[in-house]
Amino acid sequence: MTATAGSAPLLQVDDISVRFGALLALNRVSLSVPRGEIAAIIGPNGAGKTTLLNCISGFYQPSEGRIAFAGRDRTRLSPPDVAALGIARTFQNVALFRGMSVLDNIMTGRILKMRGNFLLDALWWGPARRQELAHRAFVERIIDFLEIQAIRKSPAGLLPYGLQKRVELARALAAEPQLLLLDEPMAGMNVEEKEDMCRFILDVNSEFGTTIALIEHDMGVVMDICDHVVVLDYGRKIADGTPEHVRKDQAVLDAYLGVAHHD
Amino acid sequence: MIDLLAALVAPFREIAGAPTFFVEVLLGGIFAGLLYSLVALGFVLIFKASGVFNFAQGVMVLFAALTLVGLMERGAPVMLALVLTMAVMVALAFAIEKLVLRPLVNQEYIILFMATIGLNFFLEGFGEMVWGANVKRLDVGIPDRSFMLKGVQINQLELTAAITAAVLVTVLAVFFQRTRIGRALRAVADDHEAALSIGIPLKTIWVVVWSVSGLVALVAGVMWGAKSGVQFSLSLIALKALPVLILGGFTSVPGAIAGGLIIGVGEKVAEVYWGPLVGGAIENWFAYVLALGFLLIRPQGLFGEKIIERV
Repeated sequence: MTATAGSAPLLQVDDISVRFGALLALNRVSLSVPRGEIAAIIGPNGAGKTTLLNCISGFYQPSEGRIAFAGRDRTRLSPPDVAALGIARTFQNVALFRGMSVLDNIMTGRILKMRGNFLLDALWWGPARRQELAHRAFVERIIDFLEIQAIRKSPAGLLPYGLQKRVELARALAAEPQLLLLDEPMAGMNVEEKEDMCRFILDVNSEFGTTIALIEHDMGVVMDICDHVVVLDYGRKIADGTPEHVRKDQAVLDAYLGVAHHD
Repeated sequence: MIDLLAALVAPFREIAGAPTFFVEVLLGGIFAGLLYSLVALGFVLIFKASGVFNFAQGVMVLFAALTLVGLMERGAPVMLALVLTMAVMVALAFAIEKLVLRPLVNQEYIILFMATIGLNFFLEGFGEMVWGANVKRLDVGIPDRSFMLKGVQINQLELTAAITAAVLVTVLAVFFQRTRIGRALRAVADDHEAALSIGIPLKTIWVVVWSVSGLVALVAGVMWGAKSGVQFSLSLIALKALPVLILGGFTSVPGAIAGGLIIGVGEKVAEVYWGPLVGGAIENWFAYVLALGFLLIRPQGLFGEKIIERV
């Protein structure tokens, strides 16, 4: 890694716009996420948060603007290529491999780390076996870390929602990402589950040094765990700063509480 | 009363009376069944990985066999012709991904299904244009002769074909259980978006499954072609694969194998022992009636996933 790449923000989004027919879902949005930070993207429903996440992870291609990761332009990449760069994500409506066990789900997360000679794999022989065991050991570490030992053999599709979210996080972590994108990691959880998830996110950040960008509706959570908050409304960025700063911002209050327009 | 006796008791008495003949009937059924399994397997692989019901699977069998025979007619030795045909089937997979699947990505499944109908007619016409439409003899060097084993007559060609099919099926099963690509394929079958997000390129997976389906079609084509000549009717065995899929479930590899064997053995046994009661030709409809019964009782098939929809 060059010195310039090291000092540049890990993720730099410049003026990206996304259009769905007549709807401008994102309107010249910019943001930067420095290495090691936990950033939040917040905003009312339909503000374009998930669209922004989809652009960063390659599921949507922005019609304008550019996205740089670790100092390199990567605006037009497909999702697998983005994953190969070291960006992992979770989905708003949990996207697990429902028919597979928890363990297999997390192992699948390491697919990019595996080097394959399928003949050796099939024979379960020599280097293939050692490789599988090494990956398995790493996955076990993540399972311990996220405290899901008890469910490792269960089919993922049969787990309660809160645990599915946790397994999805585990799968994303298995890829050892530099940047972790979480789309509403705490949606639909009770208070206790939320506290657990907050703890995991903070631990991932401090222990693995993973940079995290998350979308979240629970303001208490955002204010507690994030270093930096970006607020979107109707596809535009209306605020960007520390939680304290954003909390007092008039535009943010208007967007959330509504405001009478005097034209 | 007489009829009931004839239907329920007489056939079993016949079976008990001539067990070696029954074993021969069973072997014939297993041979046909493995063939259906192979074709069904081609369907299952593509359906699992992309949700596309490949109407052209039967024609792929015909096309593979035609290519093999065509190359051999032009003087290629069997082994070389086989390798070249494999290469053609893999090239076909790449072409299908590039020209058919990629432009239609994210379209409704019915549109992809229609595209495979188009592919069906294209391959049929293209194959006949290049290799000719007349019935061809396929001789892969295994004599179509029988030998006796403990009083049971066994056909050498059928035995070789059955062993080949069994080995192929086992290899595929291990491939999909154990390897990285196999795990990726199962992931894609479960959730496209999630698979993309962890770095599995859908396009590669599609090429892999269409290639494997093409190779499976080649084996099925060689088996059937060596037995009864390479001709258009080869593509019709795809119709027999449909009831196999209904029995085994559209997404299950073991299901395709079990379904194929049940139907292959079932229709032979029904034909030989119950056929005379209704004037024969049970073999032609047995599979479909069985599938109909399954649709009424267990629509997800023997091994398919039960579809539970929340209302």
